[in-house]
Amino acid sequence: MSRQMTGARMVIEALRDQGVDTVFGYPGGAVLPIYDELFQQNDIKHILVRHEQGAVHMAEGYARSTGKPGVVLVTSGPGATNAVTGLTDALMDSIPIVVLSGQVPTFLIGTDGFQEADTIGITRPCTKHNWLVKETDELSATIHKAFHIATSGRPGPVLVDIPKDVQFATGEYVGPKQIETPSYQPAKKGDLATITRLVELMETAERPIFYTGGGVINSGTGASQLLRELVDATGFPITSTLMGLGAYPASGKGWIGMLGMHGLYEANMAMHDCDLMIAVGARFDDRITGRVADFSPGSVKAQIDIDPSSINKVIHVDLPIVGDVGHVLEDLLKVWKARGRKSNAPGLQAWWAQIEQWKARDCLAYRNSDQVIKPQYALQRLQALTASRNPYITTEVGQHQMWAAQFLHFEDPNHWMTSGGLGTMGYGLPASIGVQVAHPDALVINVAGEASWLMNMQEMATAVQFRAPVKQFILNNERLGMVRQWQQLLHGERYSQSWSESLPDFVKLAEAFGCAGRTVSDPAELDAAIQEMLDYDGPFILDVLVEKHENCFPMIPSGKPHNEMLLGEASTEGAITGAGAALV
Amino acid sequence: MAALNIQKGASSHSAYDLRDPNTQVIESHTLAVLVENEPGVLARVIGLFSGRGYNIDSLTVAEVDHLGHRSRITIVTRGTPAVIEQIKAQLGRIVPVHEVHDLTVEGPSVERELGLFKVTSKGDKRVEALRIAEIFRASVVDSTLESFVFEITGTPEKLDAFAELMRPLGLSDQARTGVAALARGA
Repeated sequence: MSRQMTGARMVIEALRDQGVDTVFGYPGGAVLPIYDELFQQNDIKHILVRHEQGAVHMAEGYARSTGKPGVVLVTSGPGATNAVTGLTDALMDSIPIVVLSGQVPTFLIGTDGFQEADTIGITRPCTKHNWLVKETDELSATIHKAFHIATSGRPGPVLVDIPKDVQFATGEYVGPKQIETPSYQPAKKGDLATITRLVELMETAERPIFYTGGGVINSGTGASQLLRELVDATGFPITSTLMGLGAYPASGKGWIGMLGMHGLYEANMAMHDCDLMIAVGARFDDRITGRVADFSPGSVKAQIDIDPSSINKVIHVDLPIVGDVGHVLEDLLKVWKARGRKSNAPGLQAWWAQIEQWKARDCLAYRNSDQVIKPQYALQRLQALTASRNPYITTEVGQHQMWAAQFLHFEDPNHWMTSGGLGTMGYGLPASIGVQVAHPDALVINVAGEASWLMNMQEMATAVQFRAPVKQFILNNERLGMVRQWQQLLHGERYSQSWSESLPDFVKLAEAFGCAGRTVSDPAELDAAIQEMLDYDGPFILDVLVEKHENCFPMIPSGKPHNEMLLGEASTEGAITGAGAALV
Repeated sequence: MAALNIQKGASSHSAYDLRDPNTQVIESHTLAVLVENEPGVLARVIGLFSGRGYNIDSLTVAEVDHLGHRSRITIVTRGTPAVIEQIKAQLGRIVPVHEVHDLTVEGPSVERELGLFKVTSKGDKRVEALRIAEIFRASVVDSTLESFVFEITGTPEKLDAFAELMRPLGLSDQARTGVAALARGA
């Protein structure tokens, strides 16, 4: 059956065929034909954002919390360039996003036309792939390819640039089943011989550890289930990167907490001293490894990753397994069971005894106060008052993000949305809206710092317009807390530009946006304030005035290995020296 | 835990490559990258090298299969074994890349480059240039009373040597194609 239609109609048809229910976007001259088609249908909901960066972060929140691709529609020129930060963020964190951008008509390309930008050139390094579609006949197949590439293999953002004349012209529509990508065939199954060798190592290892990351989440809820089964059956300890929180429950018996620069002492020490490290969907980021030369010196390292370029990029691994985490874990479990479910029980017992000793250091301890709200305390209360509702948490970037990772407990995958790789301030508010749109009845909280929050605060208007009852939990220290902390540790306490002298009144700001807000500064009133936020039927801004000079510990100073962590205020003198000072 | 008997470098995802991945020795490798001939594919490959700080010593590209829409990019690059492995993995990740071959480790290969060299001189120097050209089996593709343009094909080293000899004889301009390479045998 021949299906002739305009390019603009094709876009809607292709989105419908891809099962898209929501598009985050902002109209403009070069996408008017597509917006006209959007207007004339009811299957796809459009969330009108206030800035295109917000649209991409919303799509990321939507994607991360559902496992489905997030879809963005922006216009040419500034519409596309505003999307660049979000694209880069999604690329770093492997989030499946499909961005459709308008472009000036083909006959104007290259003439510096109004709102023309070389969108393909600009977004080439910040997408998994991108396309400029010059023929309407190729548009539908390209969109289907875009979805396939965004969601398969190692997921990531893709962009399809659609000139306005291509949207107006008529062409032949093809369905999603008719596309082929011969040069793009990501591996799924891991090599069985290597998997068997890993099982052999697991049977004898005295000090094994699972080191898991965002790849487990991306592989789907089935992968998280398999991971839980494997960890619990083997009795091995498990730590996770920032991106992987929730894949294994914080209440699970193998859980020893997040690792990395602000990870837990026991997790980092266990990584340093282990004899078998099993990396699962984690990429040895510099926040994880500390000083590479001294990274886990005595261990055999196995790595399961779908992206061959993640293997041996930073840390040399002995057993690489290229494949989808879910598939590989399934095979790993099968082989381990078939070989008799063996593990080194005496070794594990001694290993756990050692880990318990490290845990006894109580690395997250902080001095609480009845005068001022400590940020850690605020998060502990948030955790206590919301755990029963299994909330979705998004964050901005900085100290609050690390405290949230340390003090909130994640029981399920897809409930934790944070900008890990790129560290994008301004991510959390729009991401929380994207999550809420995908889960209208769920509790969605953005744990924010006041400085990050201001970077995309215009999206509160989006939350209000679409009745997304997102809770903005702002830990307000009137400082760029993490910058201030580094200036204290590394730059002689010269606090260059890390202080916001003029901050808005967040309660009045909430009123101005048409939602509600409250400020709280007394620890005794904190619970009531959190409860008011939770009970309010609509978006809410809770401005929590916290201790201004609290530092985030524990911390691996840059340039130091895992076993040289800073555990508290007393130990910061000369903490970062030499080559470490050049690192970020 | 007992000795694990894992061969150093066995983790490399090219099965035939068992060199020590931690060595800091800089090696030169010739990579053949077979790509879908679509707009922007060369920019993707070059952007990868510039974006991640890899070296390009030589680059050639041309369509090799018109009906199959395939182009072949030949890249000569330098780096430690770990960096070379990373380059290959990153190239393989580019969506329109079909295959990546490391001709330096996959077995014997032939490498050729074509060069055009303009030598401007008179008298004895002119005669000497012609004589050396004959030794190198270069052919004259343009001639005036004061100049020759020589065409020469060979390894990059041969072209380098030719240029070196022509320099005192009036070498005034040169154009080189960069390396094209193929594996030997069937």
